[in-house]
Amino acid sequence: MPTNNVFLLFCAVLLVLGGVAFTLSRAKAARVRATGMTMHAQPDQYAWFAVLATAGPALLVSALGAFALLLMGAEIPTIYLLTASLIIAVIGLVMGLNQVRPDFHARRAIEGVIRKLLAAAAMISILTTLGILLSIITEALRFFQMHSFWDFVTGTTWNPGASFLDAAGRGDEGGSAAQFGSIPLFAGTFMITLIAMLVAIPFGLGAAIYMVEFAPLRIRKAAKPVIEVLAGIPTVVYGVFAALTVAPLVVDIAGLFGLDASYSNALAPGLVMGIMIIPFISSLSDDVINSVPNSLREGALALGITKAEMVRNVVVPAAAPGIISASLLAVSRALGETMIVVMAAGMRPNLTANPLEDMTTVTVSIVAALTGDQEFESAQTLSAFALGLVLFIVTLTLNVVSVFMIRRFREKYRVNNL
Amino acid sequence: MSQSFEEISAQLKKRHRRSARMKWMTMGALILSAAFLVVFISDMVVRGWPAFQQAQIQVEVSYDEQSQELPLAAVDEDVRPLISRGFFRPLPRQMEDNPALMGTTQTQWVIADSRVDQFLKGNEDRLRPADKETLEALVEEGRAALKFNTTFFTTGDSKMPELAGIASAAIGTVMTMLVTMAVCFPIGVMTAVYLEEFAPDNRLTQLIEININNLAAVPSILFGLLGLAIYISFFGVPRSSPLVGGLTLALMTLPVIIISTRAALRSVPDSIRHAAFGVGCSRWQVVRDHVLPVSLPGILTGSIIGLAQAMGETAPLIIVGMVAFIPDASVSITDASTVMPAQIFTWASEPNSAFAEKTAGGILVLLAVLIFLNALAVWLRNKFERRW
Repeated sequence: MPTNNVFLLFCAVLLVLGGVAFTLSRAKAARVRATGMTMHAQPDQYAWFAVLATAGPALLVSALGAFALLLMGAEIPTIYLLTASLIIAVIGLVMGLNQVRPDFHARRAIEGVIRKLLAAAAMISILTTLGILLSIITEALRFFQMHSFWDFVTGTTWNPGASFLDAAGRGDEGGSAAQFGSIPLFAGTFMITLIAMLVAIPFGLGAAIYMVEFAPLRIRKAAKPVIEVLAGIPTVVYGVFAALTVAPLVVDIAGLFGLDASYSNALAPGLVMGIMIIPFISSLSDDVINSVPNSLREGALALGITKAEMVRNVVVPAAAPGIISASLLAVSRALGETMIVVMAAGMRPNLTANPLEDMTTVTVSIVAALTGDQEFESAQTLSAFALGLVLFIVTLTLNVVSVFMIRRFREKYRVNNL
Repeated sequence: MSQSFEEISAQLKKRHRRSARMKWMTMGALILSAAFLVVFISDMVVRGWPAFQQAQIQVEVSYDEQSQELPLAAVDEDVRPLISRGFFRPLPRQMEDNPALMGTTQTQWVIADSRVDQFLKGNEDRLRPADKETLEALVEEGRAALKFNTTFFTTGDSKMPELAGIASAAIGTVMTMLVTMAVCFPIGVMTAVYLEEFAPDNRLTQLIEININNLAAVPSILFGLLGLAIYISFFGVPRSSPLVGGLTLALMTLPVIIISTRAALRSVPDSIRHAAFGVGCSRWQVVRDHVLPVSLPGILTGSIIGLAQAMGETAPLIIVGMVAFIPDASVSITDASTVMPAQIFTWASEPNSAFAEKTAGGILVLLAVLIFLNALAVWLRNKFERRW
């Protein structure tokens, strides 16, 4: 029998058993209640308990069995597994029926199960993080077995091209050996991030300051959602915009100044990424600036300073931890941004300080390594995981630092909405 | 040190000027940011609008033995190069399926070649001079014109730009989003309910909280690596399928849903809980019958926003292989499939310039869907928002 049908049959049988458990125990509880005895729970609650007793253990056993089949490659025939879990379901049914007694706290028992289910759901976030870490680390370790960690960190040439020959067992045919020096990739990433921040921080912060300190309520109400729209635009769309509109524009403008720009220059994705990040910085800084206590503002104004001086000397310094934390979060987002750079930045690892030249980034290299026609075992494919590991560590550090800073700000001014 | 009145008032004037300058500069930052949005949207509309129009040519199609053998023979020789190859290919099959057609001659509008399309839209074209003359004559007679492009909404990807459409990507998107929501909505709401209503304040719950906040800030491409390593290589979920894409996006959307659901649950006043406890409800009954129904609009709002985010996400889907060339809509969640942003990405990397307008057209469709979703979320929030 195909697996799908087995699964459907199992579910159908379990559903029928559950229904039987529900009606039988409900009827039994109603009978007991009709005799005038005081019961600890409602008939429905006994009924639901019986359903849980029937289906729960059976599902658990079959899930464990399926897991064992899949992972350990255990040689248990599916049919045994199914019969076993169905027998367990029947036993559960009988026991559930048995529990329909006046002194049994069915409601409490159900609640216990629900609580455990909810806690299990909450564990999934930890499992996801562990999954990311373990999967990336194991694959990265395999990469570092093939290529030295030191070369990866300090090398200045990223040339993974020849590694597929190694994977195919024809390593001696290729001309030059594959090289995995990640410095040019990180240099490109930081260059594009820097350009993005040069756009996003002044604009985002400026917009936030205007909205909190200067704008009338009407403008503030209208402007906020407009800026927020920028955050909702898919990154692939920004990528198209950067590649089709901004990059040629940069080339034309550079041409006016007699400069020679590449069509996949670093400036275009950097600028567009900066636009993408504006709402991120502006809404976070907006919150922070808003929660600077008004007493500070009023005290400053009472001394006779102007509004601009107040903003520059009182509000911004007071909000600095929050603003820095917003900027760090924005940096981590720019480092991990993929689609804009995949579509608009170059593919050539290029160690240069000129933003008009093409350069490539970590995320572009990850995508390039995983979309080619290499085997999964090749060093080039695995290099994606090594890059991913570094990316994960860097962004995680930035996030932790920024959370720490915003917590200090919050403690200083006792605000709750951050 | 004493200053004269004039000195002070001059200084004051300068300080006020500076203050005004700062106001204008910050306002400029806001206006420019909004201007980016306007430039961006109008750029996309200008680029994408032509994709909704498609050149068609009126020709006489003769369905006979000859065109059964050689589909090109169905139309006059001089208009042949102007008509899409995609029109000719299914001709023999059509005649087989519908014998009544055999031997008839029909005048009908058919899809023109993409070069004709580009010529009529005033773009650079690669038509031969002879073909161009024929075409100009046809336009004079009113037998060649730009018409609304229904093909774009009814077909999947194609290597012929005149036949490429968004439909199969849209179906792939729907299936992927169904998987995503089916996984992350229950788990997200359950997690939020646990953390807000049940969890004791201990190390474990703190760890979970920190974890959720961190997950929200992990770069999306790393979720792609997770999907590749865990789902595809470990569990053997089929590559490129809406199943693996949806599962990957679900993990990414989970923190969004958890965080917004917690905010919604927190805004429910304690008096409601106390009243329910007061009449003898258990904790779960309080949550199920009182807290959840009251906070449902907030939970839905957050979920719709999470869905919209997931819908625009491409990077992790590239990693799990959802950028395949998919001409036909898939029918099950384990078939190879593509989604709208991935389709846009595929078109954007096509060298043929006729695909550039398809790219922008796809973007307009995607943006329309996203704006609709966000508007829905805003509407929900405004309609059901309650201040306690």
